[in-house]
Amino acid sequence: MNIFVCVKQVPDTETKVQPNADGTFIETTSIKWIMNPYDEFAVEQALLVKADNPGSTVTVVRVGGVKDTEALRTALAMGADDAVLVEAEDNLDSYTIAKALKGGIEKTGKQPDVIFAGKQGIDDDALQVPQVLAQMLDFPAVSVIVGYEKSGDNISVKREIEGGALEVYEVSTPCVLATNKGINTPRYASLPGIMKAKRKPMQQLSLADVGVSEDDKRLKYSDFRLPPEKPPGKKFDATDEAKQQEVVAEVVKLLREEAKVL
Amino acid sequence: MNFKLSTEQLEMREMAMKFAKNELIPKAQEYDEKEIFPEQEFKKAWELGLVNTCIPAEYGGAGFSALDSVVIGEALAYGCMGMNTSFMANDLALLPIVIAGTHEQKEKFLRPFTEEFKIAAFCLTEPGNGSDAAGIKTTIKDGGDHWILNGSKMWITNASKAHQFVVYGTMDPALKHKGLCAVVVPADLEGIVMGKKEEKMGHRSSDTRSIQFENVKVPKENMLGRPGEAWSIAMKTLDHSRPLVASSAVGGSQRALDCVKEYSKQRAQFGVPIAKHQAIQFMIADIAMKTEASRLLVHKAAWMLDNGERNTEIASYAKAFAADSCMQNTTDAVQIYGGYGYSKEYPVEKLMRDAKLIQIYEGTSQIQRLVIAREVLGK
Repeated sequence: MNIFVCVKQVPDTETKVQPNADGTFIETTSIKWIMNPYDEFAVEQALLVKADNPGSTVTVVRVGGVKDTEALRTALAMGADDAVLVEAEDNLDSYTIAKALKGGIEKTGKQPDVIFAGKQGIDDDALQVPQVLAQMLDFPAVSVIVGYEKSGDNISVKREIEGGALEVYEVSTPCVLATNKGINTPRYASLPGIMKAKRKPMQQLSLADVGVSEDDKRLKYSDFRLPPEKPPGKKFDATDEAKQQEVVAEVVKLLREEAKVL
Repeated sequence: MNFKLSTEQLEMREMAMKFAKNELIPKAQEYDEKEIFPEQEFKKAWELGLVNTCIPAEYGGAGFSALDSVVIGEALAYGCMGMNTSFMANDLALLPIVIAGTHEQKEKFLRPFTEEFKIAAFCLTEPGNGSDAAGIKTTIKDGGDHWILNGSKMWITNASKAHQFVVYGTMDPALKHKGLCAVVVPADLEGIVMGKKEEKMGHRSSDTRSIQFENVKVPKENMLGRPGEAWSIAMKTLDHSRPLVASSAVGGSQRALDCVKEYSKQRAQFGVPIAKHQAIQFMIADIAMKTEASRLLVHKAAWMLDNGERNTEIASYAKAFAADSCMQNTTDAVQIYGGYGYSKEYPVEKLMRDAKLIQIYEGTSQIQRLVIAREVLGK
């Protein structure tokens, strides 16, 4: 099987996010990048499928900046076979990323059987790329999957819905499957794995190489700002019993006029 | 001149830290309290290639440099200095074989450790001698077609868990260091009697015992080097092991630093977080400074080994400075936490108990100073 995994590199969850100088994106110079946590489930699932299907290959594809390639290196160290990196700025919209991923996958010359991706990137939380990519490839897609099983020539996947219930889909290949937490426990990259990752092939492409131009961009970001700081809460002293009536009246008045919640 | 770790080393550290945070820290308190040996964690660490870092690639190891191994060691100790003592003891017991073993001995005694999860123990110290290693009383006598091993060893890490020991003894105590021998002893030989488990102040998850060797018949081919050569093997082993043991102290210091950084921003006194008080800031600055200085010494001692330079003096700087700093840093961490620091509910009292041992084992801080003074003043 030709298994692909789309991975995104996102700021470490402990990052204190700041807008950049011209407000067009977040400041990325001092960010510590990690693989998007939902993509770790996708990589793990790809490796499990590979283990069940000897002779399969796992190719990881990423669209983004090249200064740090943490996400791809992690995936290779976990056990993926090769990687494709489409060089781009880090603030592309979902449509452009999907188009670039499609181009990157096609450039490998391999026909995908399954494409895994995390259900969402924890930075912009758009939850769109896997579905858009599937649409562009004309593949079926299932997102938020928490179970994967072979079912004859098809794949049976479980999908979480509201209230904790599960939907079961039977999907034909090729397809796009977007993973959720709970589908597996991602392995650690072993130290020998980390050392081997260096020698694994990583193809580097530009946006032009994969047929993406300025005209493809659907979104332009502007005016990134931090949310306004919350004003400190007001405290009312009601220890003096004689004044309690007064204090309560004051609180009710403020709730009605200032907070406008009554 | 370059102080930067390689991308690969940074990734190894990242991975080892992730392992320490996810697998070791959540268990550290309980294993310490109940004296549980970290068998599961040890095995997991082995599967991920985090232990036995000294085994050369030729014999199935990953081919790590000394610098790689101290980077990994620091991260594991960050998780738990006590558990790391068990992990690290494997390297201490395999190093003499790496240093002095023949090709056949390395195939026989190192490679199995890369093929399956095995535990090793290093037996040097005796009830009557610790720092005075040349005063060993355990005897290794020629028994014709085998060696006969007799004597008692003390404070042996991993003792009852080990599959293989490296045991130091003497042909004749009167020869002092010129009589020393080292043999590899498989744990299934007859005549090996385990003492009871020691109850310790810290590193309580590691298995520490005395061992009695009673007429143990050791195959002739298990001697490392020639009879009487073990003193020089031991000295060379220390050049490798001291940076590694020192890295454990750096891990403990870094953990203390991270604990106080977090706590001092949460804990408020006099209306502000205690991190705003200069008295606390100065203590934290000292911890940070000593941690980084320790790390630099450890890295330098390892780097010298990797570059074929004699590192005896710097390795002792690293061991003494990192261990003494770790003791001070963890003591200060308890001070910054105040009453909470003294309680087992919080992690720093354990750090302080664990730090103490690093000043004692693998050459006390005083022995390191002896070594340093000898190097500085000339013999």
